[in-house]
Amino acid sequence: MGDIILDVSDLNIEFHDHDNPETVVFDFDLTLEKGEIVGIVGESGSGKSMSALAIAGLLKRHALTKTGRIMFDGHDLLTCDRETLRGYQGDEIAMIFQEPMTSLNPVKKIGWQVEECLRIHHKDMTKADRKKRAIEMIDAVGIHEPEKVYNMYPHELSGGMRQRIMIAAAMIANPQILIADEPTTALDVTVQAQIVELLKKLNREKGTSIIFISHDLSLISQICQRVLVMNKGYVVETGTTEQVFNAPREEYTRKLIAAIPRIDV
Amino acid sequence: MKYIIKKILMMILTLVVVSLCVFLAFNFIPGDPATRKLGTEATPELIQQYRESMGLNDPVIVQYFRWFTSFVKGDMGTSYNYNQSVASIIVKKIPITLTLAIMSFIIMVGLSIPIGIYTAKHENGVIDKVIMVLNQIIMAVPPFFSGILLTFVFGMIFKFFKPGGFISYEKDLGGFIGYLILPALAIALPKAAMCIKLLRGSVIAEAQKDYTRTAYSRGNSTGEVLYRHVLKNAMIPVITFMGMALADMVAGSIVIEQVFGIPGISKILLTSISNRDYPVVEAIIMGIAIIVIVVNLLVDIIYRIIDPRIEVE
Repeated sequence: MGDIILDVSDLNIEFHDHDNPETVVFDFDLTLEKGEIVGIVGESGSGKSMSALAIAGLLKRHALTKTGRIMFDGHDLLTCDRETLRGYQGDEIAMIFQEPMTSLNPVKKIGWQVEECLRIHHKDMTKADRKKRAIEMIDAVGIHEPEKVYNMYPHELSGGMRQRIMIAAAMIANPQILIADEPTTALDVTVQAQIVELLKKLNREKGTSIIFISHDLSLISQICQRVLVMNKGYVVETGTTEQVFNAPREEYTRKLIAAIPRIDV
Repeated sequence: MKYIIKKILMMILTLVVVSLCVFLAFNFIPGDPATRKLGTEATPELIQQYRESMGLNDPVIVQYFRWFTSFVKGDMGTSYNYNQSVASIIVKKIPITLTLAIMSFIIMVGLSIPIGIYTAKHENGVIDKVIMVLNQIIMAVPPFFSGILLTFVFGMIFKFFKPGGFISYEKDLGGFIGYLILPALAIALPKAAMCIKLLRGSVIAEAQKDYTRTAYSRGNSTGEVLYRHVLKNAMIPVITFMGMALADMVAGSIVIEQVFGIPGISKILLTSISNRDYPVVEAIIMGIAIIVIVVNLLVDIIYRIIDPRIEVE
């Protein structure tokens, strides 16, 4: 392990669309190394998705204040101009979401959506090259008959298939970081396992660093090397997955671990 | 294929029902084409003779079928009032009314799409708020009143055109279109106001959906998200409205033709109704019905092209 590619420090996120400003993320720190999978675990409302959206540059600029630094490639993503941020979005930092059913545009073909990052960031590619690459990518995420799926619409696919398409679209430009925000929560358990395997495979083969967000600690333990535990906007514990699972320092983490259902034989 | 056949059958059925309704209506409302034609001074014998010769003494159903069979063959009959074939009466009037309706439609679309997108993009901005207030006012004003207002302002004060000075399309096409601009505007304005409101709301609602977040995450700018992702989704309800508006404009132009003194089909239609000249009325109503049905069919087809979730069965 070596190169730190993302360094988030002292990130605070504060809402002020009501009269009283409300802080939802306090002093969030995260470093991500090349090829690493880091998990963020916590209950809903713990601030894990907020932090992820901030890293992906997807929090609205108004109605929110963000302080701290998100350093990537020599730029602070919180303060850099929009052009620079957009240049990274999709090309170097990609994101997949919890709801595969609604995260794809219903009136656009799958192929068009998978290719989008190439169309935006690699304008020199020809149409034929983009299509070839998209079909390879659809194939790589484990979908049969990629040429056929290329011309289909999202409503013709199941939830698991759509999440694979989301992954294909996110990975097509070979980003350095993939942020996966509860990517399996809306899916069946068997499909869940397949998606986790797929993310692990892409991480291994392409060296993409992954920030994996989930409320499901057992899922985190299957995929992540390091983990951050969040509660009420604070990072309460951080360490390697082994450390956190075997010797949790915080009461809250112990409670979370105790809540994992297990079968004792 | 099955879908098209089903649509065409429905179309024919609609036309039959519409024509039958017009026919029956003429039999229920008081008034008699023979008395209208020969005057109240005519002797009852003369009227009877005329009725007999026109086939008006036959049962309604027989009359209807006689009209229907010749209509299907392309013969719309002879006007009682003008003693001319119906076709020769209306054929010169149709281009006028149709041009007016199409111009109204173009003005509506031309105004509502850019303004709708602009107001959605700058939601709650000053211009958005001003336009929304104006919209509310324009929606509440009926076309005939805005027509009178436009005639007064542009015709009588600024003298951009001579009220009542209609220019025939056969003489001067440019002048004809120029004369129709204000009437078309009068028809288009309230519809455009509704369409702006609908498009604005639709764009704002679509912009909240999850797929726009995905689009941003791929590096799209706000404009790109709007034009590449949101707009096509947002147009789905708007297209339905535009189709209904176009059909309505054909019918709505009848009132405006009266206000602006345009010799379209409206004058013929109104005199023919009061003269109980049913072959002419039937022909015009059928024409309007066909336009409405065809427009609906087009909307349906466009709808299916835009929204892949609607299966063609």
